[in-house]
Amino acid sequence: MTVLDHRHHTSVPGWLPGATAPRTDPAPLLPDASPVRVLGTPALEKYDPAVLRELYRRLVVGRRYNQQATVLTKQGRLAVYPASTGQEACQVAAAMALGAGDWLFPSYRDTLAVVSRGVDPLEALTLLRGNAHTGYDPRAVRTAPLCTPLATQAPHAVGLAHAARLAGDPVVALALLGDGGTSEGDFHEALNFAAVLQAPVVFLVQNNGYAISVPLTRQSAAPSLAHKAVGYGMPGRLVDGNDAPAVHAVLTEAVERARAGGGPTLVEALTYRLEAHTNADDATRYREDEEVTAWREHDPVLLMERHLRAAGLLDDELVRQAAEEAEALAARMRAEFHTDAELDPMSLFAHVYAEPTPQLREQAAQLAAELAAERAAEAGVRQ
Amino acid sequence: MSAVAPARAGSTMAQALNAALRDAMREDRSVHVLGEDVGPLGGVFRITDGLTAEFGPDRCLDTPLAEAGILGTAVGMAMYGLRPVVEMQFDAFAYPAMEQLVSHVAKMRNRTVGRLPLPITVRIPYGGGIGGVEHHSDSSEAYYTHTPGLHVVAPATVADAYGLLRASIASDDPVIFLEPKRLYWGRAEFDPVAPVEPIGRAVLRRTGTSAVLITYGPSLPVCLEAAEAAAAEGWDLAVLDLRSLVPFDDETVCRVVRSLGRAVVVHEASGFGGTGAEIAARVTERCFHHLAAPVLRVTGLDIPYPPPMLEHHHLPGVDRILDAVARLQWEDRG
Ligand SMILES: Cc1ncc(C[n+]2csc(CCOP(=O)(O)OP(=O)(O)O)c2C)c(N)n1
Repeated sequence: MTVLDHRHHTSVPGWLPGATAPRTDPAPLLPDASPVRVLGTPALEKYDPAVLRELYRRLVVGRRYNQQATVLTKQGRLAVYPASTGQEACQVAAAMALGAGDWLFPSYRDTLAVVSRGVDPLEALTLLRGNAHTGYDPRAVRTAPLCTPLATQAPHAVGLAHAARLAGDPVVALALLGDGGTSEGDFHEALNFAAVLQAPVVFLVQNNGYAISVPLTRQSAAPSLAHKAVGYGMPGRLVDGNDAPAVHAVLTEAVERARAGGGPTLVEALTYRLEAHTNADDATRYREDEEVTAWREHDPVLLMERHLRAAGLLDDELVRQAAEEAEALAARMRAEFHTDAELDPMSLFAHVYAEPTPQLREQAAQLAAELAAERAAEAGVRQ
Repeated sequence: MSAVAPARAGSTMAQALNAALRDAMREDRSVHVLGEDVGPLGGVFRITDGLTAEFGPDRCLDTPLAEAGILGTAVGMAMYGLRPVVEMQFDAFAYPAMEQLVSHVAKMRNRTVGRLPLPITVRIPYGGGIGGVEHHSDSSEAYYTHTPGLHVVAPATVADAYGLLRASIASDDPVIFLEPKRLYWGRAEFDPVAPVEPIGRAVLRRTGTSAVLITYGPSLPVCLEAAEAAAAEGWDLAVLDLRSLVPFDDETVCRVVRSLGRAVVVHEASGFGGTGAEIAARVTERCFHHLAAPVLRVTGLDIPYPPPMLEHHHLPGVDRILDAVARLQWEDRG
């Protein structure tokens, strides 16, 4: 008889009480086998038409925003822009699932989610323009700065949600991540903390197929990214990330569950990045045209338009309004980014510490002297 | 065990730190402690002893074992208005949190143009001399001092342990609070309401006329001992306790160095690229014409922290300090 002989176990009188006993039945935590869809299903009929129309409007404006921002990089007006073209459904649904008092923790690709949350579209681009690291007041708009180091914003979302719950405030935090980001340690630590603390936080992974050039198959061997939730003791949900009402529905449910004290949820949205990683990347080196073409058929804006029209929920008037709004925004972006911003070099010292250290004061005086000398030299040249 | 805290009735540094946490938590409901084993156990060094009993498991929180998670969670808590005090269990176990520290804790105020200051205190039991096995004795201050946006504080006395920890918790900026673990158990009388010099000021612990030993944290008692021993050689050494590495007290350091003309920097971290190099360079740049000799450094060796039975070869002791003093080119001593 080997040690692992099953007969051995039949004589074990069950688990001893205490900290090591298994606690959770994993079955309810597991994601459904296929992603949740609303478009093209009977669920669409039951969806609030006002929400559907608002989602449509934001999708159209968001697509135009992505296009215009990409053009601005080509003109050198933005240093870089990681477009969310193809992922707009995730972005607008993320913002719309949150209440005004909730917090959003975006990554660098989530500018559109930030805009959809109500942040001024130009202020949302400050980081990518190169003027300052953040263009908006995070507390005022309850949106953390766009986060560049992958997954590091996820524990912040947990901490904030935890603090809000301790204060008795009905606040939920939503952290946005990419598929590549789920391999980072901070992602795992955040999920584990969230589940242990039962923090009111939702993690949305936008699985767009690639982390720069690396496809998901080289990133993770999990059955799905949503399955990762189960090991931490929270539900995992799988949703079609190009189906805006589906993402909205799944996120809204997760947000409300968190708000009601039900703890965190991990949502994986299956989507696709139609453009390159950023304007600086060449996607033809790592993926085939046929793949992109197939996903273009599943474009979130087209899907929405087709299904809302079929259901009689989209009229020419709304189409025209949304298109006009999109063009007006694009025109505003072009106009306001037409000139170089005036930046004050002395601001470099302003926000390192509450009070600059003596060392920073010294360096500030030195820079001030350099600037004064430059100005004097320029004045001399002009005379 | 230490020249600063002779063994007699009074408080240990560990007790002073515990009192500082307790008093801060009593005075300000936004102060929350979190870390590994800080709850009912009171931390492996008992610095958080009794806090969970008094303030509950939410305000003194036993977290999962994950340093990036702990510090990252503290960032979010601070964003929502709390004042987290994080305990890293040992110096070398703070490294998993390095990314949170460097990329977020140090930079959030700057990234958000002043809108999200992070009043986080990161307590790190640090340094060697306690016979710890590897990864329990690192001196990591240079990593932190090289990161703009962090304050770096290292108390060496019982009174400073209390006063500087209170000041760190009250600071609106993140503070790396380095606790010299080999001084945890030295006793001294201390009065929690007595005024303590604020963060950023160095304090002369011993006056002298020959040269100054510039030091901080666990090396302070060693320097005081060296100064006593030097008297026999006819040297009257001053000992300057920096107390804070960022901000750095150039003013006091330069005043003392200019008046004496000779200085030795002493710390137990490795010398290459260490804070001693920074201090020597600053002093040379500012006091060159007052110097009678180059600024020398006495530091740990440039090796990974050695196993306990060899650590005394690594740690700068009295003899090495006296050797350096002897090398200060005394024109009146052959
Ligand atoms: C900690 C860290 N490592 C590496 C990078 C460089 N980097 C930027 S984006 C990226 C790929 C991320 O892929 P994914 O998480 O799938 O997000 P996506 O860009 O597809 O939205 C990498 C490796 C980074 N930003 N942060």
